[in-house]
Amino acid sequence: MDYILIFITAVFVNNIVLAQFLGICPFLGVSKKVDTAAGMGAAVTFVLTIATIVTYLVQKYVLDAFGLGYLQTISFILIIAALVQMVEIILKKVSPALYQALGVFLPLITTNCVILGVAILVIQKDYNLMQSIVFAISTAIGYSMALIIFATIREQLALTRVPDALKGTPIALITAGLLAMAFMGFSGVV
Amino acid sequence: MNNMKVLMNGIVKENPTFVILLGMCPTLGTTSSAMNGFSMGLATTFVLACSNIAISALKNVIPDQVRIPGYIVVIAAFVTVVQMCMEAFVPALYASLGLFIPLIVVNCIVLGRAESFAAKNGIINSAFDGLGMGLGFTMALTILGTIREFIGTGKFFGTTVLPEEFGSLIFVLAPGAFIVLGYLIAIASKLRKA
Repeated sequence: MDYILIFITAVFVNNIVLAQFLGICPFLGVSKKVDTAAGMGAAVTFVLTIATIVTYLVQKYVLDAFGLGYLQTISFILIIAALVQMVEIILKKVSPALYQALGVFLPLITTNCVILGVAILVIQKDYNLMQSIVFAISTAIGYSMALIIFATIREQLALTRVPDALKGTPIALITAGLLAMAFMGFSGVV
Repeated sequence: MNNMKVLMNGIVKENPTFVILLGMCPTLGTTSSAMNGFSMGLATTFVLACSNIAISALKNVIPDQVRIPGYIVVIAAFVTVVQMCMEAFVPALYASLGLFIPLIVVNCIVLGRAESFAAKNGIINSAFDGLGMGLGFTMALTILGTIREFIGTGKFFGTTVLPEEFGSLIFVLAPGAFIVLGYLIAIASKLRKA
């Protein structure tokens, strides 16, 4: 029950993009086509899950154990950067097909604030390891879902007539606003 | 290069929020009130100016291959300084900005300026660039925060101007952030063309 609650909250009620404003740059940047949006979503899911597990273990067994809490931000961002690099190298060797699909998105992920945000959030919320993993996966699903929905709308939007001043980013932001409004309907579910 | 010109470049010509569209997460996430937006802007300005100075000073020491991790460590160090100072001196503000303070590390503006300006220019110039970019960011966040706070709750920097009933709460919540920013960018690009 606990896990289902975490899942629903992370995917719908507190959607990471539309309610918490994390990862907006890739949300606006790679959402012009559904394919790239799905690729980005998959890459984020992959990295987010691994990164959350590693940073969680480092926090509990290294930082907390030695009283180094103030190094949290520095160590987390370095772990994430190293991890992304490692995932890239391993994927290239082990699964060239997957690397082809996710390759271009991986370097972008280091500066995606979703990864660092979730790593810090699970520590703040005092989750245990299993809850953290569920939270990370659900957040990633919520992120991918928002990204794909938004990309689908933007593909249609490219064909419609928009006032000159609103072309490009402004109309995308307003669309995102409407989408966020739709997601507000989920508030109060949990 | 003229320092004044470098400073104004960040505030007007290459405003990080309205023109180059970087650092959208804190822009949307922390502007539920003018005060929050303003303080978030100042925190980012501090990190930007300090990291630009440090990176400009260290640019010949950091080897080229590991420059990005090097820059990130420098930035993360300054973010930690801000984080600890805010937690100690303004705990209420720290609580309301929450997650977005540590997330300054991954704010694209900071790394972007380090890579594109501080790594190529002198210390003084870099300091002015960091300051200019930071002030441009602060200005954008304050404008956005003021508009959202005023339409949403009828307040201006926390002082009631219109009674609460006139406010439409949606502007303080998530959708309002996207919509107001969308229109502001449209207005900014219109003004730039004119």
